[in-house]
Amino acid sequence: MGLTSIDWIIMGVYSLFVLGIGVALKRYMKTSADFFLAGRSIPAWVCGLAFISANLGAQEVIGMGASGAKYGIATSHFYWIGAIPAMAFVGIFMMPFYYGSRARSVPEYLRLRFDEKTRGLNAISFATMTVFSSGISMYAMAKLIQTLHVLDAPLKGLGLPLSASFHFSVVISAIIVLAYVILGGLVSAIYNEVLQFFLIVAGFLPLVLLGLKDVGGWSGIKAQLPTACTHSWQGMGSAHTNPLGVEWFGLVMGLGFVLSFGYWCTDFLVVQRAMAAESMSAARRTPLIAALPKMVFPFLVILPGLIAVALPAQRASVSSGVKSEVVAGSRGLIPPKIDNSSGLPVLDANGNPVFDYDLAIPNMLVHYFPTGILGLGLTALLASFMSGMAGNVTAFNTVWTYDIYQAYLHKDASDQHYLWMGRMATVFGIVLSVAAAYAATRFNNIMDFLQLVFAFVNAPLFATFLLGMFWKRTTGHAAFGGLLSGTAAAAIHQGLTLPAGAVPGIKGGWLGTVHVYPSEMAQNFWTAIWAWSVCFLVTILVSFITKPRKEDELVGLVYSLTDRVSEGDVTWYKRPEVLGGVVLGLALLLNVIFW
Amino acid sequence: MGLDIRLPIGLLFSVIGLLLAGFGVFSDKGIYVRSLGFNVNMAWGGVLLVFGIIMVILGNRRSALRTHAQHSSDGAGHSASGRR
Repeated sequence: MGLTSIDWIIMGVYSLFVLGIGVALKRYMKTSADFFLAGRSIPAWVCGLAFISANLGAQEVIGMGASGAKYGIATSHFYWIGAIPAMAFVGIFMMPFYYGSRARSVPEYLRLRFDEKTRGLNAISFATMTVFSSGISMYAMAKLIQTLHVLDAPLKGLGLPLSASFHFSVVISAIIVLAYVILGGLVSAIYNEVLQFFLIVAGFLPLVLLGLKDVGGWSGIKAQLPTACTHSWQGMGSAHTNPLGVEWFGLVMGLGFVLSFGYWCTDFLVVQRAMAAESMSAARRTPLIAALPKMVFPFLVILPGLIAVALPAQRASVSSGVKSEVVAGSRGLIPPKIDNSSGLPVLDANGNPVFDYDLAIPNMLVHYFPTGILGLGLTALLASFMSGMAGNVTAFNTVWTYDIYQAYLHKDASDQHYLWMGRMATVFGIVLSVAAAYAATRFNNIMDFLQLVFAFVNAPLFATFLLGMFWKRTTGHAAFGGLLSGTAAAAIHQGLTLPAGAVPGIKGGWLGTVHVYPSEMAQNFWTAIWAWSVCFLVTILVSFITKPRKEDELVGLVYSLTDRVSEGDVTWYKRPEVLGGVVLGLALLLNVIFW
Repeated sequence: MGLDIRLPIGLLFSVIGLLLAGFGVFSDKGIYVRSLGFNVNMAWGGVLLVFGIIMVILGNRRSALRTHAQHSSDGAGHSASGRR
């Protein structure tokens, strides 16, 4: 990849600062609340940037660049439909319950609102999911470093085999993340996420500007690519007339409602950032502040993918294949996927080459960045991987300590004991993540399977929260039953359907095939819709036949029994309703511009 | 928390900005064929340096304000206890 001393120095400086932040914060970690909740002392703008950065792992950066290259600007639906409305909703309506109930985690809110078993189900599934997500992030980073040949020169210098690159990447990233989380807890993770946010902007903005100059701006991209790639809503009337292979209803309901609200409104990984805010008002503003940069991120991460395919076909600098000479048949900067056993391009059912879209961003970096700024671009990528890991690890250590260890294993210990346990949970969370990263190298299907199971578990969650927060009649038995039946509905739907061109197995159809979707995305969206709907209906039905809790026990947990939050002393433009209106208006405007 | 995040952000970007801009001044111009002939190291390094300095100034000003407020409240506390 041609890195020189300046690139290594920039990466080294970043690593030193990351560790330095952890060291500087260690003296403030006196109680478990300091370690797990950041002492509820962080300003809204810091929590807001951490809120989006915790989600901005490198899978997101690499994946969105890949989708931009594959599907075009329609990928922006994951932001303008699949994030902004949910972020406005959680800020305006849900944060008063998370923050105001003084729950220390999302599972703890479920215990306060429903019962112990609902909390246990959520805590255990969430803790398992975070460890595997962190491991997948680690695995993805190590694979990328291997593909980019970042460590080849140092390894050769040390006389070590190039295959050691994977091990080095995993161990070094694990040590850095472990060090700064164990020292500074959630504050350290949040501060590093903010640092990562600015690094991603600093690393990707010049890439986009250079790429746009090269292809002749947006009009140049439109001239080079088919219309479907440069319009986000055209052809959405039918699943067969747009690149995503999903119709508008499936998109809006599946992505824009179920998946998006399920993630942004209930996932403790992101909600934890808002719960660390210095006041209720700051907590409510957190997701709304986050929504502002979130809606312009497509221009930083999706646009490079479009530029990569709008360029004339050329030999890609980076390929995952073993024989570089077969990489000539590229689509712009995107090389074809290479079968490592034969060294030949992978072909689809129609005999066309399958392109390695995940290499869109890496190839753009190597194509436009000379040494120096290349180090900055690479640092931005590495920062996003490590922040993704740290976000998961901090969410894991909190849920483990408060919702599993304190709830079921050791109830009445001292605060110092729980602080110690949080640090230990950080250590074994990282060790389990490393194990998951190595499991992914050996059993890739197992990781796919686990991700699928987590998707089943997550899909119905928002129905439980929606009913729990806004309908006082909802009962604990109903919430638990609804979650289980929603998860079962997701599994059954996936087992009875297949995306076009797939064979029965991990992709679906393992119970028989009653319907074939035009794309995997359409199948995922409809699986989520089924899971949510079944959970919603079952929760309502079971609530009617089970005994509700007394109303005075639900004050502060349910909308109709809680006083509205007064924002009287807050400047008008900082009020959540005003900010919410602004972000929704801007998101609408972007949809219209790129219609 | 006592550490204002703008200070480490400002310092990091100032250091990276200086490194990039300095490298841009002394590097071989031939390497900028990739960046369309544009000395992206010098230009972007300058931008990052300015951003870093602004963040350091903002972070320092906040820290100074906080210290001033602490001293004021300590003083008020002392005079209040004196009155008691």
